[in-house]
Amino acid sequence: MNVPDNLLYTKTHEWIRREGDNIRIGITDHAQAELTDVVFVELPKVGTQVAAQAPIAVVESVKAASDIYAPVKGTVVEANNALTNNPALINTDPFGEGWIFALKIDNADDLKNLQSAQAYKDQIG
Amino acid sequence: MIPFGGWLMPVQYTGIVDEHQAVRNALGMFDISHMGQFVVSGNGARDWLDITLTNSISKLDVGQGQYTFLLNDNGGVIDDLIVYRTGDAEFLLVVNAAKVEEDFAWLEQHRATGIALKNRSAEFGGVAIQGPCVVELFYELLGQDPKLPARNCIRDFVIEDMPVSIARTGYTGEDGVEVFFRVQDAAKLWNLVLERGKEFGAKPCGLGARDTLRLEMCYPLNGSDLSAERNPIEAGLGFFVDLEKREFTGRDKLLETKRNGARERLIAFKMNGTGPPPRPHYALFSNGNRVGEITSGTLSPSLNIGIGMGYVSAASAKIGTPLEVEIRGQKFPATIEKKPLYKKQL
Repeated sequence: MNVPDNLLYTKTHEWIRREGDNIRIGITDHAQAELTDVVFVELPKVGTQVAAQAPIAVVESVKAASDIYAPVKGTVVEANNALTNNPALINTDPFGEGWIFALKIDNADDLKNLQSAQAYKDQIG
Repeated sequence: MIPFGGWLMPVQYTGIVDEHQAVRNALGMFDISHMGQFVVSGNGARDWLDITLTNSISKLDVGQGQYTFLLNDNGGVIDDLIVYRTGDAEFLLVVNAAKVEEDFAWLEQHRATGIALKNRSAEFGGVAIQGPCVVELFYELLGQDPKLPARNCIRDFVIEDMPVSIARTGYTGEDGVEVFFRVQDAAKLWNLVLERGKEFGAKPCGLGARDTLRLEMCYPLNGSDLSAERNPIEAGLGFFVDLEKREFTGRDKLLETKRNGARERLIAFKMNGTGPPPRPHYALFSNGNRVGEITSGTLSPSLNIGIGMGYVSAASAKIGTPLEVEIRGQKFPATIEKKPLYKKQL
């Protein structure tokens, strides 16, 4: 499984890329492989304020619907509208074109609660 | 892997959609060793099964099988199963994994004298090999025209010294067989089929594809679409109930349902457009009123649209009726469709 070293990770299989005051969020290669065939993504609305660990999006595969959680407190500044017509981008390019949303974070210190690539690798075994 | 009927079963091997397409276009193999296998024998076996199950056992010649129900005294479904007549006075019953103990206890409790009832589930396994290339595969396996049994029929074969029973049955809507064998032959047979099937694109398939394939065909899943609180008439499966028979368990209740009309019916629907896939337990609305609930739902890999089944009040159960499915507080339009939802393009 691909677990890029330059990203942060949650226990709930989201990845986080720091982009200045914003973070970009998607689900990991491991998560997409477990879900398989993503067929629908419910995106968050831009401007939504969200608490850490609150469900903010839904990724549905043929198998099941899975909540996606905000890794830290913040405000949604972007949602990946390309997923509306092509939800399978999450399967084909989970760390790139398959990103789900971006947050403007309230407090950069909150990122300290997230885990490193190594810790996530250990989690998924 | 997930727990299923007391077994650990794979949801998928290569992916649900991939496995689904393999079965629709080529060949897929499902491990169905979890399913229960009972042998009923004795001089009165035919008559006893005729009053115990809903379909007409007396119409079965040796080597033929039929889909049927085991009902409780209220006409509710204990299990749906296939019964094969394997001898003059011998029958093989293939039942759902989660119901093996309940079915067997019920049958044992209602057993007539002179009937032998044996649960051979622990000694026998099974695979379902499904898809348009199934005859070609058996040509390879048996080295000659396999002369597979006709639809719903069963016959004994030997594949590389392994004695097996092959039934032309399945749960996918494709041509296919279900093969029953001794447990000690399970791994050898599984590997043999995958190896010989490679040239046809055969793939191992899990519970996920089994569910999408059967739901496109509107084949019911016991525990979801069928239950002890629902009878086969409500489920739209009266075809497998012979009400002409003078006696069978649950008959009075079914006649009553037939006479008075079912209060709710199991309907099949398609979503009108793209959106989140329908799932079990989502509420169904008609004209703003809640009329029922989804029992099975998924995104159909063949149709690429959300499909499902659910019980709705009889007044809202007509084909063509517009419905709304409530998904996370939002309503999405759907339409009641004729079963099956998927028809093979010839």
